[in-house]
Amino acid sequence: MEWETVIGLEIHAQLATRSKIFSGAATAYGAEPNTQACAVDLGLPGVLPVLNREAVRMACLFGLAVDAEIAQRSVFARKNYFYPDLPKGYQISQYELPVVSKGRLIIELEDGGTKTIGITRAHLEEDAGKSLHEDFHGMTGIDLNRAGTPLLEIVSEPDLRSAREAVAYMKKLRSLVRYLEICDGNMQEGSFRCDANVSVRPVGEKRLGTRAEIKNINSFRFVERAINFEIERQIDLLERGETVVQETRLYDAARGETRSMRSKEEAMDYRYFPDPDLLPLHVDTAWLEEIRALLPELPDSKKERFMFEYGLTSYDAAVLTSSRELADFYEAVEKSSGGETRLAANWVMGDFAAALNRDGLEIGACPVNARMLGGLIRRIADNTLSGKIAKQVFEAMWEGEGDADSIIEKRGLKQITDTGAIEQAIDEVLAANPEQVNQYRAGKDKLLGFFVGQVMKATQGKANPAQLNQLLKEKLNS
Amino acid sequence: MHDKTLTELAAGLRAKEFSSVELTRYFLDRIARYDGQINSFITVCADYALQQAQAADQALANGDAVSLTGIPLAQKDIFCTDGIRTSCGSRMLDNFIAPYDAGVVERCSGAGMVMLGKTNMDEFAMGSSNETSYYGPVHNPWDREAVPGGSSGGSAAAVAARLTPVATATDTGGSIRQPASLCGITGLKPTYGRVSRFGMIAFASSLDQGGVMARSAEDAALLLNVIAGFDERDSTSAEQTVPDYGATLDETLAGLKIGLPEEYFSDGLDTEVARIIDAAVDEYRKLGAEVKAISLPNTGLAVPTYYVIAPAECSSNLSRFDGVRFGYRCENAVDLEDLYKRSRGEGFGAEVKRRIMIGTYALSAGYYDAYYLKAQQLRHLISDDFAKAFEEVDVIMGPTSPTVAFNLGEKSSDPVSMYLSDIYTIAVNLAGLPGLSIPAGFVGSRPVGLQIIGNYFNEARLLNVAHRFQQVTDWHLRAPQPFAD
Repeated sequence: MEWETVIGLEIHAQLATRSKIFSGAATAYGAEPNTQACAVDLGLPGVLPVLNREAVRMACLFGLAVDAEIAQRSVFARKNYFYPDLPKGYQISQYELPVVSKGRLIIELEDGGTKTIGITRAHLEEDAGKSLHEDFHGMTGIDLNRAGTPLLEIVSEPDLRSAREAVAYMKKLRSLVRYLEICDGNMQEGSFRCDANVSVRPVGEKRLGTRAEIKNINSFRFVERAINFEIERQIDLLERGETVVQETRLYDAARGETRSMRSKEEAMDYRYFPDPDLLPLHVDTAWLEEIRALLPELPDSKKERFMFEYGLTSYDAAVLTSSRELADFYEAVEKSSGGETRLAANWVMGDFAAALNRDGLEIGACPVNARMLGGLIRRIADNTLSGKIAKQVFEAMWEGEGDADSIIEKRGLKQITDTGAIEQAIDEVLAANPEQVNQYRAGKDKLLGFFVGQVMKATQGKANPAQLNQLLKEKLNS
Repeated sequence: MHDKTLTELAAGLRAKEFSSVELTRYFLDRIARYDGQINSFITVCADYALQQAQAADQALANGDAVSLTGIPLAQKDIFCTDGIRTSCGSRMLDNFIAPYDAGVVERCSGAGMVMLGKTNMDEFAMGSSNETSYYGPVHNPWDREAVPGGSSGGSAAAVAARLTPVATATDTGGSIRQPASLCGITGLKPTYGRVSRFGMIAFASSLDQGGVMARSAEDAALLLNVIAGFDERDSTSAEQTVPDYGATLDETLAGLKIGLPEEYFSDGLDTEVARIIDAAVDEYRKLGAEVKAISLPNTGLAVPTYYVIAPAECSSNLSRFDGVRFGYRCENAVDLEDLYKRSRGEGFGAEVKRRIMIGTYALSAGYYDAYYLKAQQLRHLISDDFAKAFEEVDVIMGPTSPTVAFNLGEKSSDPVSMYLSDIYTIAVNLAGLPGLSIPAGFVGSRPVGLQIIGNYFNEARLLNVAHRFQQVTDWHLRAPQPFAD
C-alpha cells in the first residue's frame, strides 16, 4: 500500500527579552543555578505575575510577519500539573484565546517549487525550570533560572508531508525569528526547540491517522531522523495489521529511535482555566500599527528584491537572504564594490563564507569587513588583480594585513597589463624552450597551457591572463 | 487609652501626651494580658514593634510624621512580612518567613505605623468561624463560647477586645464583614482592585481583597487612606486615584437612596437580627434617607456559584505548597509522589483539602463547562443584579449575617450550613463591589452587624453613611466586658 505522511510541528521559540515574561529577573543563559530566579519565579506565597510588554510586542511582530490575525483580546490560562521544576504547580500559558492565529509561512521545496504551510496559532507562555538528575547522589537538583523565560509556541497545521518538508519549515521559521530579532534560534541552548506530531494514512484517505507526538527534538538532523524513524515505525505497524497508539514519544538521539513516554490514557488533565491574576491581554490597533511600522524586510520579499535589483539567480538570492546579517553584508559589499553584483555574490557565498565556516566565526566578528571585501572586488573588476591573485589578497586580508590596495602595493601583486612587459616575458620563455615551440608549431596545441604557465611563473602570476593568451598565440602563430 | 480613636491617638502622639513606644507597650501589655482568653494572635512581634515605635517617635520628633505615624496595628497573618513568619493559619507555612513585605504591610510601615503582630485566621482564609486555624480557634470577646466569625476572626476579635486600635484583614466571601458583624466592630471590604494583593497569600484570586477592621468608620477610613492605591506588582490593582476617605465622613445623608433587597430579608434570617436591621434602617430614615425595596433576583445563586469559583481558583493557587521549595515537607519521602502526597496531606487541614478537591473536580476535563464555565456565567448575572439596583439606589443595606455568632463547634461538622452563614456577603465578592459591616445592636450578648454595599470605588460614600450612623448611635462604642478595662 502507498502511504502518506502527515506532520504538524510545535515550535517553542524563546523570546529574546532581557527579563522574564512575568517577573523582572534576567533571562541570560548559563548563569549559576538559581541566581536568576526572583520570588515570582520561585512561586513564593503571595507574589503575582506582571506581564512583560516586550514579550507581547515580539509575539505581535511574529504574527504580522506570518500574515496572521493578532487578537485584540487574548487570555492567559493556567495549565495545572505538579513537577518539581514547575514552581507554582501550574504554567501560565494561553489556551482558548491565543495572541496570534491563522498565519502562514511559504517554504521552498527541493524541486524548486514552494508550499504554503498554515500556522494554526502562536501563543505566549512561560518556560519551566530544569531538573538535574546527575551529580546529586540519587537526589534531584532544581535550577529555576529558566523558569519564567518567555516562550512563543508556534503551532503549524498538519500540512507537512515529509521529514524534509518539516526541516525546511523549521529552518524557514528559525530564519524568520532571527530576522525579526525576537529569538536567537540557538538550538543547543534550547532557545528553539521542536515537538513533532506524526501520523500516516493510505494515499487518498482524507481522515487523519492516529498520531504520535515526539517531544523536544533539538537539532534539524534529529528532527529529520526522528520523523523518518517514526514514519517507518507506524507504517510497519499498520502493514502488520496492528494499530498506532496515540501517545507521546521521546527521541533517543544515541539510538536513533523514538520510544513511548506516555499514552493517551495516561495523558494529564491540565485543568486549564483563565489565570485570575492576569487581566485579559489587549493589543490595540494603534500599538499594532507602531509594531508593523518597525517590521523589517522579511526573507521572501528580500529574496525577490535581490533577484530583481541585483539580477541574482533564485538560488543565490535565497542563500544570501537566509539570514539578515548575510543579506546586509552582501548589500554592503555590493555597494563598496561599485555595483559588481555577480562578483560580490560569488565572493560572499564563496571564499568569504568558506573562511567564516573554516574559522567558525560570525560575520560581525570576522577580520574582513564589507568595505574591505568590496575594495578587493573593485581591484578584480578593474583588472588590477586576476582571480587567482585575488584569492591570495583575500587570505592576506583575513590574516589582518590590511585592505586590498595596501596588500597589492606591499606585495607588488599588481597585474601586468603593459603589453610590452608581457611580450618581453613571452619572448624569454619562447627562447628558453625551442623544443616545445617546434612541437607546438607542428600541431601540438595542448602546449599552449605550458607556455601560459611558464610566463605566469616568470611574472609571479601577475600577467593579465587575457592579454597573455592573445599575445602568446600571436607570437606562436607568426 | 485603648478606647481612643485613631484621631485621638495621633493627636496624643503629637502633643507628646505619650510616645509611640509607650503606646506600643500599652497594647503589647494588653495582648499579653488578654490574648490567652481569645487566641487572636498567631505571632506577636514585640521587638519588631518597639523598633518601629522608636523610629516613629524619631519621625514625630523630627516633624517627618504623617497622619498615622506611631500608631500600632495588627496584620492578618495572610499578609507576608519580611523576616517575620507568615503562616496563613496553616501547618503548611508554620516555618515560612517571607523575604518581602506585602504591598499592604509596606504601606503601613511606610506610613510609620507599628506592627504589633500577626492575627489568627482560618487556614488559608477558608472558613467562617476561625475554627480551621492550625493555631486553634479564636474566641469571640463578647462570649467566649461563640465563634468570632472568619476567616479574619483574629483581626476582628483583637480589635473588639481592644488589643489593637485597628487591624488589616481580607475578604474573599465575607471574611472581613462577617467577623466584624459577629464581633461588633466596623469592617470594610473595598472594591476589588482598590488594595494591592501583592504579598497577600492567595485563596481565590478573583475574589480576594484586603481591607480594614476598626472600631469606627472614621478609624476605618483613616487606615484605608494608608493601604488603598495602585500597585504595579498586582496586575488586577486599579489605577485609580484614592480620595481622602476622612474628608467626606460628615456629608449629609439627606436624599440618600437606600435599597433593601427583599431576598436579604427572607427565610433564613433570624427574626431578632431582622428586627435590629429594621431599627437601624429607621435611624437612616431619621437622617433623611429614602428607603425602598429592591430585588437582587439571583441572590440564591451566589453561594453555589462561589463554591465553584473559589475552590477552583484555590485548587490551583495552593499547588505551590508542594514541599519542594518552602513550607512543610514530610519526613523521609521515598519518592516524588510520596513527597507531594504526604507533604500536602499532612500540611493542609481538612477544610483546605475539601476545597482543593472540590475545585480540582470543577476544573476537570468533562466537568469544566458544567461547573466552572457555568459559574462564571452566573457571576455575570449576579453582577448585573447589582448594576440594575445601583441605577435606582445609592447604597444597599441588609444584615451582614443571618444570625449572630454561633457556638464553637456548632457548625464545624456541617460545612454546608457553615457556607450558608455567608449568604449575604458572598455576592458582593462575586460582583467585586465594596461592602462594610457596622455594629447595629445585640441579640443577648452577641452583636449584630448591618451590611452596607456600595457601587464600585464608592468606599468614601460607604464610610460616610456608616459614620453618620455612628454619630447618632453608640453600638460601636460598646466594649465586651472582660476587655473593657
